[in-house]
Amino acid sequence: MFTNHHKSDMDKVKVIEIKKSVFAENDKDADNLREELKEKGVYLLNLMSSPGSGKTTTLIQTINRIKDKIRVAVMEADIDSDVDAIKIKEATGIESIQLHTGGMCHLDAEMTRQGLDNLTLANTDLAILENVGNLVCPAEFDTGSCRNAMILSVPEGHDKPLKYPLMFSICDIVIINKIDVMPYFDFDLEKCKEYIHMRNPKARVIPICAKSGEGVDEFAQWLLDEVKNWKNN
Amino acid sequence: MHELGIVFYIIKDVKEVAEENSCSHVSKVVMSIGEVSTVIPGYLTDCWDWAVKKEPLLTGCRLEVETIPAVTHCDACGQEYPTVEHGKTCPHCGSGQTWLLRGNEVEIKEIEVTETE
Repeated sequence: MFTNHHKSDMDKVKVIEIKKSVFAENDKDADNLREELKEKGVYLLNLMSSPGSGKTTTLIQTINRIKDKIRVAVMEADIDSDVDAIKIKEATGIESIQLHTGGMCHLDAEMTRQGLDNLTLANTDLAILENVGNLVCPAEFDTGSCRNAMILSVPEGHDKPLKYPLMFSICDIVIINKIDVMPYFDFDLEKCKEYIHMRNPKARVIPICAKSGEGVDEFAQWLLDEVKNWKNN
Repeated sequence: MHELGIVFYIIKDVKEVAEENSCSHVSKVVMSIGEVSTVIPGYLTDCWDWAVKKEPLLTGCRLEVETIPAVTHCDACGQEYPTVEHGKTCPHCGSGQTWLLRGNEVEIKEIEVTETE
């Protein structure tokens, strides 16, 4: 143990240049995880959104449409509580676990891997990670997922792609939920699509109403196609 | 909250480098942080000061932040402009076909260490 580290003839002070991105290690870890998932034939979807956008309801509607065709499991990430995992399990009967982030605002690849270790991967085609409800931090950390999806709900406003550009630029698919209440919120769907495509021209946009099920078929089909492609290519 | 997660990443990287170089103590860590990286330097140093108390190798270690100004490039007219002032719209030609050239970095630039012979 050192007691006096600054005044000793034996010790030299020097500067070490590092020049390394803080995210580099996580990015590498995420790439490794993607490769492992490819070998195992498991497709991982990272689902992000604000709190209250209807992620859990959307998942229940979607899972009930695909669970007879592929094997689905869900990881619910939250700072605390396990209400979402229980809700999913009760409404769909599929394997659903809760991940606690211990106060952190996002999941990284290592935390995702720990979550996957608790799933029965040999019996899983599609693992869905419901990330912490937040449009800022989860966008910074690659979880190792095959695709990023997000849900934007109508009451949040059609200008969100302008306010959270990074989130929209990394998402392959944007679900616009609660379209049934569009008239009450002056929500302009065409404007919203335009803003999303400004940030990410390739993003697919699917308007849905998770409560009534409108539009959910399209998202369900997208997922089935994605899983099939992942396993076959 | 975001900053705390980043601090844990920095500590992990710094400890690795310090061990590789047989350092007994790290006295300073210098970060290069882009203006539009979403990391708030004041929050980062607050989280840092709290977190290093648990790390003997890093006791009293200071975190210094150097800011990298954000610059956006315009594809329409080929010019560059300061991002924070003008956002996504090019002030030279009014085009929105622009992309961030730099300013999104969260990098460990260098560390100051004590080596034990």
